[in-house]
Amino acid sequence: MSEPRKAVALVSGGLDSLLAAKVIQEQGIHVEGINFYTGFCVEGHTHAIRKKDKAKTKRNNALWVAEQLGIKLHIIDIIEEYKDVVINPKHGYGANLNPCLDCKVFMVQKAREWIEKKDFDFIITGEVIGQRPMSQRKSTMPVIARESGADELLLRPLCAKNLEPSKPELEGWVDRSRLYGFEGRTRKPQMALASSFGFEDYAQPAGGCCFLTDKQYSHKLADLWKARGERRYELDDIMLLKVGRHIRPRPNFKMIIGREEGENRFLQGYRKQYTHMLITSHNGPLVLLDGETSQGDLDLAAQITARFSQGRHAAKVDVEVHTPDGTSQSLQVQPMAGEAIPADWYL
Amino acid sequence: MSRNEFDARRMLCPMPVIRTQEKVETLQVGDTLTILCTDPGAIHDIPAWCRVNGHEVLDITQKEEEISIRLRVCE
Repeated sequence: MSEPRKAVALVSGGLDSLLAAKVIQEQGIHVEGINFYTGFCVEGHTHAIRKKDKAKTKRNNALWVAEQLGIKLHIIDIIEEYKDVVINPKHGYGANLNPCLDCKVFMVQKAREWIEKKDFDFIITGEVIGQRPMSQRKSTMPVIARESGADELLLRPLCAKNLEPSKPELEGWVDRSRLYGFEGRTRKPQMALASSFGFEDYAQPAGGCCFLTDKQYSHKLADLWKARGERRYELDDIMLLKVGRHIRPRPNFKMIIGREEGENRFLQGYRKQYTHMLITSHNGPLVLLDGETSQGDLDLAAQITARFSQGRHAAKVDVEVHTPDGTSQSLQVQPMAGEAIPADWYL
Repeated sequence: MSRNEFDARRMLCPMPVIRTQEKVETLQVGDTLTILCTDPGAIHDIPAWCRVNGHEVLDITQKEEEISIRLRVCE
């Protein structure tokens, strides 16, 4: 008996990739999953930072999908390589700083490299024509296949019947008649298919899986680039954009203010890299300062920090300032009134 | 059979899983690996990763915020 054909499925953890892999598995193909971590992925665990979210279920949806399917899952760190996709997207951005089409091309390209190395036969994705306004349109499907270099080795089981046959179909590795012709933004066909497979507890459909599609997050990233005078980032930068209240009182520095105990604890891990402030006379947040600061800036930041402490109505609040070089100073300040903080300082 | 350990404290998921995966690729069948982490998601994710990839979780211990997960590399 010959070895079964082998496919790698791009597994985001959402319903479409779950179904696409299942449809191909049902045809006797050996399927393994691949999941790419860009640094911008929306993980339930990011919420684990916040103490109030501790009761929420914490699961990695891609791993959950792999367990449901009984397949291996390879989680690949593409943080460094992905920077060029975010900073220089050939096809531009969507509504925010989301380079969806370039992202899809890049991930399929990485999957193509992976199948070449691992001796797999083809790639499957959960794409559906018309599902996403930027990356999943009829006109973009061939762009992804071509620019990724996957060409006819890319099979989209959920909408294959609306596309030219791929090599797995032409070669008879998979039966085209048992693939699907889903199209448009409706999720009903996917939900019906999920039900037919007995999948009930899947990640909520159409939920964004990338922080770059979030308007406020993109605004903070754009602010970071503007403040630095160049479009670059490190992993710590984009992690910190997910945490705390961000306020930019002056062009040269930004404050990252912990909103509760879990965030304060997370921000503590950055104390050696950033100038930070602590309230000593009252309960209050840990605050990181990103940028170069003068003494006047520190005084202003201390007043704002005091505003977010339990001493916000006190006449004076004691604030300690620590710098990465080990120096520190104590300030006593009058908390800034909430209404005195201009709305456009908030990022 | 070697005993190995690595520090994934302060990493947010899925980084502890990714680093576990990379470390396991360098080990032999029967070797053990202890991962120290602080993201509570790792309690779910590392065992899930082991289940889907056929490795064995030997024990999980937690002391305050710190979690220790010990696994054995299988075929």
